[in-house]
Amino acid sequence: MEHDVPGATEHDDQAPRTPQKPDSAVVRDALGVGIAVGLSGFAFGVTSAGSGLTVLQTCALSLLVFTGASQFALVGALAGGGNPFTAAAGAFFLGVRNAFYGLRLSQLLALPRAVRPFAAHWVIDETTAVSLAQPTRRAARIGFTVTGLSLYVLWNLTTLLGALGAEAIGDTDAWGLDAAGPAVFLALLAPMLRTTTERAVAAIAVVLGLGLLPVLPAGVPVLVAALAAPAVLYVEGRKGDAKAAAKGDATEDVRPGDTRNDPRSDIQHDTQREDR
Amino acid sequence: MNIWIAIGATFVGCYLVKLAGLLVPAGALERPLVKRMAALLPVALLAALTAQQAFADGRVLELDAKALGLTAAAVALLLRAPFLVVIGAAVVVTAGVRALAG
Repeated sequence: MEHDVPGATEHDDQAPRTPQKPDSAVVRDALGVGIAVGLSGFAFGVTSAGSGLTVLQTCALSLLVFTGASQFALVGALAGGGNPFTAAAGAFFLGVRNAFYGLRLSQLLALPRAVRPFAAHWVIDETTAVSLAQPTRRAARIGFTVTGLSLYVLWNLTTLLGALGAEAIGDTDAWGLDAAGPAVFLALLAPMLRTTTERAVAAIAVVLGLGLLPVLPAGVPVLVAALAAPAVLYVEGRKGDAKAAAKGDATEDVRPGDTRNDPRSDIQHDTQREDR
Repeated sequence: MNIWIAIGATFVGCYLVKLAGLLVPAGALERPLVKRMAALLPVALLAALTAQQAFADGRVLELDAKALGLTAAAVALLLRAPFLVVIGAAVVVTAGVRALAG
């Protein structure tokens, strides 16, 4: 386990005003996130077992996939009768955001190439949020490692307990445990809904996801609902074009959906990410 | 068997995108449009998934105790409750409504 480093930076008053943070404070922050989110592996274990997966399959998901939203999406799609590939596709698209986290983390942590294949497994929402919040590279590395380790260990332990518990208590619906999955999604989604663009995407996706459910094969409506994102970006780009044309300075070759016209959009999106 | 195929495909896909982020030279994924899309895709997917799991049973739309549970979760979120409290609120309210309804 990590130890507090006594007196590491507590009395650095003479030091130049570079941002400092004691290692123990970083460890405390990281453990707070790791433990709180790690415990919700219980909800995943119960949901997965309640969706008809065996204990072994449930634990394999947490050990191998280790990105909560994708895991919930996969078992939800399988429970809804989706075929394995459409179910996996939905889970995969949800995991794509981790590539963008990795891009930032690789600059921030500057990991040796040999370590990257192992570190990659821990590149998720929570480790990124904790790492980005740190003032120095050393703190970011500690934050990433402690969050990753505590979250991985706890998430897998509580997944196992949840899966075993679901078998023991029988009808998980009577205990309201089928509400855990959508509640997790809502909690992940809520901080993303800051601007009109995000809200429009969410609203269109809900309409598509529910409206197409009775008419398309299971799993497919979610994939179609994902089209809400490019659709809204396209409309946004067209509006940008119209504005530029009205101003009479549309000399630049602006592609539809390009957000260069709206410098705010990218900045807002960046701050959102850091807030998470 | 189908489930193992889904687990395998999800594992490989999700691991490779994580690794890609760490290995890809900065700049390749830095185009504003690509970043924008990466931020908005999860919004669309999570919204559709939340709605389906809350308001549908298989391929049939239905309104039951889960919808009230999710409302409780939304209220907890508005009150800035911690992650586990939000999930707990949804579970407890759903179970409570079902117990009362019989």
